[in-house]
Amino acid sequence: MIPVLVIFVYLAIIAFIGSIAYRRSQDNTEDFFLASRSIGSMVFFLSLFATNMTAFAILGSSGQSYRQGIGIYGMMASSSCFVIPLTIFFIGTRLWALGKKFGHQTQVSFFRDRWECNHIGTAIFALSAAMLVPYMIISIMGGGTVLADISASKQTHLPLIPYAWGCATVAVVVTINVFFGGMRGTVWVNIFQTILFLCFGLVAVGVISHALPGGFGDYIGKLAGDDKTRSLLTREKMPPQAFWSYTLIPLSSIMFPHMAMMCFSARRLTAFKRTVIAYPIAIMVIWLPCVFLGVLGVATLGKIPDPDGVLLRLLGNYAPVWLAGILGAGIISAVMGSDAHQVLAMSTMFTKDVFAHYGGREKFGEHRAVHFARGFIVVVTGIAYLVALRLRDKQGIFEIAVRYAFSGFAAMSPVMVAALFWKRSTKWGALASTLYVAGFLVWCALMQSVHKAGDVLWQIGQGKDALKVFFLNPRGDVAFCNGYMTVVPMVAGSALCVILFSLATRPPGKTTLDKYFGPAAAPSAV
Amino acid sequence: MKKFLLFVLIALVYVAHQDLWNWKKYEPLIFGFLPVGLAYHAAYSVLCALMMAVLVKVAWPKHLEAEQAPDADKDTGAHP
Repeated sequence: MIPVLVIFVYLAIIAFIGSIAYRRSQDNTEDFFLASRSIGSMVFFLSLFATNMTAFAILGSSGQSYRQGIGIYGMMASSSCFVIPLTIFFIGTRLWALGKKFGHQTQVSFFRDRWECNHIGTAIFALSAAMLVPYMIISIMGGGTVLADISASKQTHLPLIPYAWGCATVAVVVTINVFFGGMRGTVWVNIFQTILFLCFGLVAVGVISHALPGGFGDYIGKLAGDDKTRSLLTREKMPPQAFWSYTLIPLSSIMFPHMAMMCFSARRLTAFKRTVIAYPIAIMVIWLPCVFLGVLGVATLGKIPDPDGVLLRLLGNYAPVWLAGILGAGIISAVMGSDAHQVLAMSTMFTKDVFAHYGGREKFGEHRAVHFARGFIVVVTGIAYLVALRLRDKQGIFEIAVRYAFSGFAAMSPVMVAALFWKRSTKWGALASTLYVAGFLVWCALMQSVHKAGDVLWQIGQGKDALKVFFLNPRGDVAFCNGYMTVVPMVAGSALCVILFSLATRPPGKTTLDKYFGPAAAPSAV
Repeated sequence: MKKFLLFVLIALVYVAHQDLWNWKKYEPLIFGFLPVGLAYHAAYSVLCALMMAVLVKVAWPKHLEAEQAPDADKDTGAHP
């Protein structure tokens, strides 16, 4: 009961902050979607980080390390430490400058202007939206599951907050926050949320270490002494191909519409300075304790049916109930911080890239466009909630969709790089790349639905020397060339499409090229 | 020359991510409990922060600051 009360106090604070932001808002889309491009340095860092970190950083990371061991940190976290700050440094700063100069509020509005295109921009929008929707749904599902787990009775194991109510709570609080506060409300809440979940890991490690008899060393020694568990302390069972190819996944970060929108919202370029330096440290502060505790869970809890719940179980066993409530609020923060940005990004994209672009703003005016955006937020969250309820037992499908969405967004990064840095790139190159990525994703979904784990889809040669070009790995995901992730052929193919089709077609007109690459156009110059 | 050196720095940091020598090792346990592969990548995260500090110091895209509004220092309401 106490953890539930703590979480509801937290949710009330979130809704309250959203309502204060509403009072500061102005009735125009630039203010609603980008807080009038006025986000200060510290708020920018905290909010950008909250945008990117989902509940996976806490629950998924510990669950994965429970299954696969410490290698998860090197594969997922430290590769992100390397790639994400670099993409913010090289791409995020340019997006910021272009947004300031030409008023772009979304990636698509930049692409449309940069390549003098209309419907190709719509195609990019459609792919981005299709990849973002499952992410939004799974955030609500995650919120419902966490609230049910945290509120479960130790005796009966029945949740005080059932899954449906948990999903509804998360959906309602996120809607209130985004509906009233827009970007300003979302980033204000992020300050509180990010601090809470940054503290999560350190507090959890401290509390659990204090409660464990003998300390961490004894338990790690126990794992090392057992042949069955020793591999969890190494990367013995992790395919090097998967470890290497995961390095490409964080390229998705800057291509997520909500991340790009955050880059547009900074007040000053210097906001990026602290962010890119602090980013790897913040990733470490969250991931290191969670990965370590996930492995520790094998020694302290033994076999558990739901590895993603390993941290909640450790907290339930070793933390006082009130602290478990605060830490639970930290997990919910991670869920809602990114969910709010996803909802806002979807609303921005529909309002700017579809409604306004196809004449809605001229017809209804700027004031009505904000109303449209607010209405869209209610509708999209409502639909996401209904899908989360109806398809609860199909959660695995959404998880797969999200995994592919990461590869999909990563594969769209060559399009962004070409738009920013390659004068000769064309809209046809962008379209070819978009269609290639969309086609690849559909093909993967199709293959997974008709084949089973272990099936070979295409191989070259026969017998022991055969090269399995595409096959389904033991998890049932499509894999490439003896174990590389599909992100490798997706990024490489996408880059190739942009290059070949751009070279084969006519570049944009001189006026546009001068606008973006002429002597007065500093933003794109490397 | 500066660009080349920065490229080399980024490439070296990338190569440092591929610590094949730690692949099958868990010892020494750093601080008595942290497997060496995990401690290495925690240190790698700090190295990434240092790399970004160098990039910010040496290769900051100052020319982009021209797009900054002259009143950027004023509080426009996004601060809590």
